[in-house]
Amino acid sequence: MAGQKMHSAKRKRFINNSIVHVILAILAVIWVFPIVWVVLTSFRAEKGSYVSTFLPQSYTLDNYVKLFTDTTILNFPQMFLNTLLIAICSCILSTFYVLAVSYCLSRLRFKLRKPYMNMAMILGLFPGFMSMIAVYFILKAIGLTEGNLIKLALILVYSGGAALSFQIAKGFFDTIPIAVDEAALLDGCTRWQIFTKITLPLSKPIVIYTTLTAFMSPWLDFIFAKVICRANSDQYTIAIGLWKMLEKEYIDNWYTCFAAGAVLISIPIAALFLYMQRYYVDGLSGAVKG
Amino acid sequence: MGIFKKRVNDFPTPYTCTRAIREGGLETKLSMLLMGFGNIVHGQRIKGLLYLALEVIYVVFMVVNGIGFLGMLPSLGSVPQEEVWDEAKQVYMYTKGDQSILILLYGVATVFVTVLMFLAWRGALRSAYKAECLAKEGRHVNNFVEDLKSLLHENLHRLLMTPPVFFIFAFTVLPLIFMICMAFTNYSKIDNHLMLFDWVGLDNFAALFDSSSILGSTFWSVLGWTLVWAFFATFSNYIFGMIISLMINRKGTRAKGFWRFCFVLSCAVPMFVSLLIMRTMLQPEGAINVLLRNLGLIASDASLPFFTDPTWARVTVIIINVWVGVPYTLLQLTGVLQNIPEELYEAARVDGANAVQIFFKITLPYMLYVTTPYLITTFTGNVNNFNVIYLLSGGDPVTDLASTAGKTDLLVTWLYKLTIDKQYYNIGAVIGILTFVILAIGALITYRNSKSYKEEGGF
Repeated sequence: MAGQKMHSAKRKRFINNSIVHVILAILAVIWVFPIVWVVLTSFRAEKGSYVSTFLPQSYTLDNYVKLFTDTTILNFPQMFLNTLLIAICSCILSTFYVLAVSYCLSRLRFKLRKPYMNMAMILGLFPGFMSMIAVYFILKAIGLTEGNLIKLALILVYSGGAALSFQIAKGFFDTIPIAVDEAALLDGCTRWQIFTKITLPLSKPIVIYTTLTAFMSPWLDFIFAKVICRANSDQYTIAIGLWKMLEKEYIDNWYTCFAAGAVLISIPIAALFLYMQRYYVDGLSGAVKG
Repeated sequence: MGIFKKRVNDFPTPYTCTRAIREGGLETKLSMLLMGFGNIVHGQRIKGLLYLALEVIYVVFMVVNGIGFLGMLPSLGSVPQEEVWDEAKQVYMYTKGDQSILILLYGVATVFVTVLMFLAWRGALRSAYKAECLAKEGRHVNNFVEDLKSLLHENLHRLLMTPPVFFIFAFTVLPLIFMICMAFTNYSKIDNHLMLFDWVGLDNFAALFDSSSILGSTFWSVLGWTLVWAFFATFSNYIFGMIISLMINRKGTRAKGFWRFCFVLSCAVPMFVSLLIMRTMLQPEGAINVLLRNLGLIASDASLPFFTDPTWARVTVIIINVWVGVPYTLLQLTGVLQNIPEELYEAARVDGANAVQIFFKITLPYMLYVTTPYLITTFTGNVNNFNVIYLLSGGDPVTDLASTAGKTDLLVTWLYKLTIDKQYYNIGAVIGILTFVILAIGALITYRNSKSYKEEGGF
């Protein structure tokens, strides 16, 4: 009697488990499917954007080769170098800004601290694109919208607002015991020494996180880049390049190359992302968002 | 209003401006005219000279340019660009007319500089008064090197905060003010006001709220869809993410890491890439339709109207947003879900509740209670969700050719279209301001009710 009951409970659990696994499998397929599709498309030998078969008929590496050799219309290597340069420079600047501001807000008490935090919150509510055109006019007025200076303009724009998203780093600094600072003060450290010699070494994860997010943003943004670059195709970043490949005049020749480019840029970004995943869990503050 | 609660001055100092004016000695009072004079008298030569240099630079700037810029601001220029027939060269020459946009920009920047100068002036006055007081009391007055050293210790915040704040003001605040000013002008392609425009007061706001005009009716329909979108986008992600997370984390599920990896993989791909892929897949001749045709689910020449039928398009963007957003929700909610006390579940199971009941009676209320601030930030994020709409549907389909917005346009994408494509800068700016107002009201209510506001966080 009891054995039978046990048996039926076990059976029920088995059925439940199977159902859950089947649902998860279906969902996982839905989520992974577009990624697999784009990887397959990047190896597709047939040209053109829309083909009548779902899976490629034959496979080739030409799309990747074309991406790096055919530089007459869309210069992918050049775009790659542009983005890399912009990413490195803006990454250094924004990391410094974010860490400096977070440290000040977390550890130091000064008169403009709360006003600054309120200002950051209010500025965060304006649609970012609202001021975009005004930023362009300002950059134009100081002469940064021609030639190579566009890169400088993009670096300034990407790093300029970085100090407004200090929440995650500040939250991290808040968790470092204040007693450490006090001990150092008693030993005669200046605040600067505390910042560089104690707080930063203790905060390696958040330093890495800040650096990586700052490094990634120029690869991902294309709206600002598009507005600031306008028709200067030699200054394009990767994101605009990929976007261009899907425009009407290019899509027939470049569609499979777009897929190849997308795969190429996704690999490093995915690696960085999977590495940083654990910090995203702290995102309940809402500061990190998809 | 919580934010505007009465201020308690946590940082009292005896060296204030009012006291400097009222009680300061002659050298301090002279510093009101000649910045830094008091500092020089009391031995802070370099500091005093720096202040003086600042004042000289400002005065020279104002005399050479600034006053002109400010003077142009009320009229925004009136000289149109003209064609003049040049007899000698036999060509039309263009005379240089006024460019209102530059006048406005320089004017706003000059006002900005003036405000900064006023702050510097106050600083100079205070510092002169402080030097005077210290000298009177026979205490040590810092010399320049000591001042610099203090930047590394008690004034570290000045050293660290100044560069970031400078850039925030240059690339976020100044453009915003500039843009807000545009909302009160007629700077737009309509009636050819791209070179010369004037202040028009609140006319643009009136035009947008006038629901009998095309612009007005477009505004209300876009606003309505924006709110609907934000609601569904937020909650569909939230609930769906929670369910998947529960399914992965329940006891009987095997290979938890693998399932999680499958979902997280899709948010490791850059969002604009995955959105562009989705868009191409959903075109009339795209991969999804081809797949459905090959499977025989639809006729071989038919295609599902993903982005061509208004209702289909709206549902499509919400569903794709689930695809894009759920992995993030999964990452963020898993930790919170695991914090739900196990006793609650056990008690429910003992009472004979089934999985659905447990979800709606325990998990959901608990999660709503804990994650309200997160939900609100997601909601505001979705109101401003430019990427998903712009990259997926581009706001299409446009059913009413007279209106400037498509059926899936949000306020932000409409704003983008109006400014970048149509060059209706003034209307764009008005929409930006209104979006801000909507979000600000929402945020104020939330932050006031959230734990972080009541306890710490600085708000």
